[in-house]
Amino acid sequence: MTESQTSTGLTPGTRPGDAPLLEVKDLQVEFRTKAGVAKAINGLNFTLHAGETLAILGESGSGKSVTAQTIMGILDMPPGKIAGGEIRYRGEDLLSMPEESRRRLRGVKIAMIFQDALSSLNPVLPVGWQIAEMFRVHRGLKRKEAKVKAVEMMQRVGIPGAEERAGDFPHQFSGGMRQRIMIAMAIALDPDVLIADEPTTALDVTVQAQVMRLLKDLQTEFNMGLILITHDLGVVADVADKIAVMYSGRVMEAADVYEIYGKPGHPYTQGLLNSIPRIDDEGGRLRAISGLPPSLTDMPPGCPFNPRCEFATDRCRTERPELRPVADGHLSACHYAEDVYAGTATRTRRPSPTGAGMIDVSEEAPQ
Amino acid sequence: MSLSVPAAAADPFADKPSVLEVDGLVKHFPITQGIVFQRKVGAVKAVDGVSFNLREGETLGIVGESGCGKSTLAKLLMRLEEPDAGSVKFRGEDFLSVKGDELRRLRRKIQIIFQDPYTSLNPRMSVGDIIAEPFKLHPEEKPKQGIRNRVKELLDLVGLNPEHINRYPHQFSGGQRQRIGIARGLALNPDVIICDEPVSALDVSVQAQVMNLLDDLQKEFGLSYIFIAHDLSVVRHISDRVGVMYLGKLAELGTQDEIYSGPAHPYTQALLSAVPLPDPTLRGAREQIVLQGDPPNPANPPSGCRFRTRCWKATEICATQEPELISRGQITQLSACHHAEQNEKVIPAHG
Repeated sequence: MTESQTSTGLTPGTRPGDAPLLEVKDLQVEFRTKAGVAKAINGLNFTLHAGETLAILGESGSGKSVTAQTIMGILDMPPGKIAGGEIRYRGEDLLSMPEESRRRLRGVKIAMIFQDALSSLNPVLPVGWQIAEMFRVHRGLKRKEAKVKAVEMMQRVGIPGAEERAGDFPHQFSGGMRQRIMIAMAIALDPDVLIADEPTTALDVTVQAQVMRLLKDLQTEFNMGLILITHDLGVVADVADKIAVMYSGRVMEAADVYEIYGKPGHPYTQGLLNSIPRIDDEGGRLRAISGLPPSLTDMPPGCPFNPRCEFATDRCRTERPELRPVADGHLSACHYAEDVYAGTATRTRRPSPTGAGMIDVSEEAPQ
Repeated sequence: MSLSVPAAAADPFADKPSVLEVDGLVKHFPITQGIVFQRKVGAVKAVDGVSFNLREGETLGIVGESGCGKSTLAKLLMRLEEPDAGSVKFRGEDFLSVKGDELRRLRRKIQIIFQDPYTSLNPRMSVGDIIAEPFKLHPEEKPKQGIRNRVKELLDLVGLNPEHINRYPHQFSGGQRQRIGIARGLALNPDVIICDEPVSALDVSVQAQVMNLLDDLQKEFGLSYIFIAHDLSVVRHISDRVGVMYLGKLAELGTQDEIYSGPAHPYTQALLSAVPLPDPTLRGAREQIVLQGDPPNPANPPSGCRFRTRCWKATEICATQEPELISRGQITQLSACHHAEQNEKVIPAHG
C-alpha cells in the first residue's frame, strides 16, 4: 500500500486485498438555517473494514451525529442537504442508488443504535413485537416464527427472562436493558456495519461497562464493522482500533488508537487529552482549551481551531490546512503537524486565567 | 452517631471548623394510590440516613449512579425539600428549624449551581437581571458600589465580558451559561456552594475551563463546595474528600486519596474499575469488576446491606445486618461493608 492511498483511505494497518466495507469520500452536508448555511460536514473521508472499530470522536456540533445519520440515510432533508461526496457500501454508492434499494440495506446491512433508547423505541408496542418486526418486514417471517427469533435475540443480548419479558413495554425496562433491546433490534438481521451513536452516554458507569462489553462481544461474533460515535475519550481508548477526531465538521486528525493517545499530531487532540481529568491522576490544575467551538454558520477563515490554538500563527488564520500524513497511517490537518507530532511546536499564545480567551505570548515580558 | 474522622496521614482540613454538619438525614417520598382518596402504599427512600461534615475551604465530592439520592441530598441541604428526619447544622446553627428572617439570612450563605445551564436560567431575563436577582430577594445585601457595577464585577470574575450584561441566556453557549449560573451563586458571598452536576452537560474542552474556574473561586473566597457528580474522574480531580452513595446511603467516605487509591467497599471498587481510562495501552491491564444487573428499586431496598444483591462478597450476615458507616480495622476511611477490604489494584498508578 502506498503512502498516498493511506492518506485518502485513512486506514492504518489495513490488510492488503481486503475490500473496505464502507467507504466515505469527501462527504459534505449542509443545513439551511435562518442565520445562513451551516456546513455540518465539510469533506469527510474514511474507510471501514469488517471486524474493525472506528471511533468518531468529537464535541457537540462537530458533525459526528450528522455523519451517522447521513450514512444511515435518515438525515432530515430539508433542512439538511448532502452537498457532495460518496458513501460506498461494498463498492456501491449509497447516495446515488434508488431509495428502494437503499431501504433494503438500511437496518439489514447497515444498522444503528441511538443514544436515547427510551425515545428510540416505540412506547406503545411490546419490545418483543418491535424486535420481531425486523424479521417480519425484512425476512417475511410469520408472526410466530418472528416472535421466537425475537426472544432468541433478547437472550443473546442478555435480558434475563427473555421469554416472559418479550411482552413488556419499553418503560418497564431499566436504561441498560432498553439499550440492550435496541442492540438486539440492530443486530437482528446480522448487519455488516453497526453505527453506535453515543450508545452509553445516558447510562451509569457500571451499566456502561456491561453494554460496551456486550457490543464488543457481538462485534467479534458477527465480524461487524463498528462505527462508534462518542465524545468520551475513555470509552474510545478501551474499544477503538482507529480514531477520527472531528471539529467543526472536519476531521482534524485520524490514526490508529495508540498513535492518537500516545503521539497526537494535532493541537486540538492534544488539548482534548490534556483537558480531561483522569481517574488515575489527582493532578493539579487542568490544562483547559480556552474559548468555544466556532459557530457553523460563521466559521473563522483558515483553520477552524485557530482562535483556540496555542500554536496559531498568521498562516493558520488565512490558509485552511489539509488533512495530510505526518507519520505512517497518521493524518493531521495542521500546518505545523510535524512539529506538534514531535512536540517541538512553538507556543505563540497561552489561555487567559479565566479560560475564556487567549493571551499572546509575545506581548508578555519573558520570565 | 459520631463523626470523628480517623487521623489520616495528611488531612489539610483537619483543624478547620465545620461549616456544615449533616447527621442522619432522611427523605422518603410517598408512593400513593387512588385518585380521590390517596392511600400511601409505600415510600421511595431517596435519602435514608446520610451523615457527614463539610469543613471550611474543603470540597466534598458525592458520587453515585442515577437514583442513588444525590440530587435529593442537594435539595435537602438547600431546604428546597424538607427532610423527614435528621439535622443539618450551618456553623453550629440548626438550619432545619430556623424560620423567617433567620432562614433568609442563612440561605444567603448556602447557594447552589444546577446541572442544566439551559433550564436553570430564565430565558426572558437579561444576564444582568439574572445575576442581580439575589440582591432583589435579599435587599440587606445590596452592594455598596451599586447593583449594576457589582454584576459587572461578577461577570468579569467568572470570565465573561462585562459588556454583555444586557444579553439574554440564549446568546450564550452552554459553558458560558454555566458561568452565569456560577456568578449568580457567588452574588451574595456565600460560604457553601452546592454544585449539582455542574459540568456534566458540558463538552470536554469546556468542562475543564469551568472546573478550573470553580477551583480558582474556591481559593479566592475560601468557599466550601459540595460537589455532586456521577463522573468519578471529575470528582477525584476537584474533591478533597469523597462520599460514595448507593441507594440513599453513603457506602464509603474518605479522603480523595483513600477512596481512589484503596477503595474498601465492593461497590466503590466496582464503580472505579468500570471507569474507562483514556489510555489504550492499559487495555486489559487492569482488574475490571463488571457488576451484574441494575441497582434495586429504592422503594423496596434489599434487607441488610443494600448492595448485597449485586455484590460478589455477600454472605449471610449481609442479608440480616445492615453494615454501619465506620472505620474498620486498618482501613482509615469510613466504609459500610462487613467485608471491607482495601483494593489497590482497581486503578493502576499513572506514570
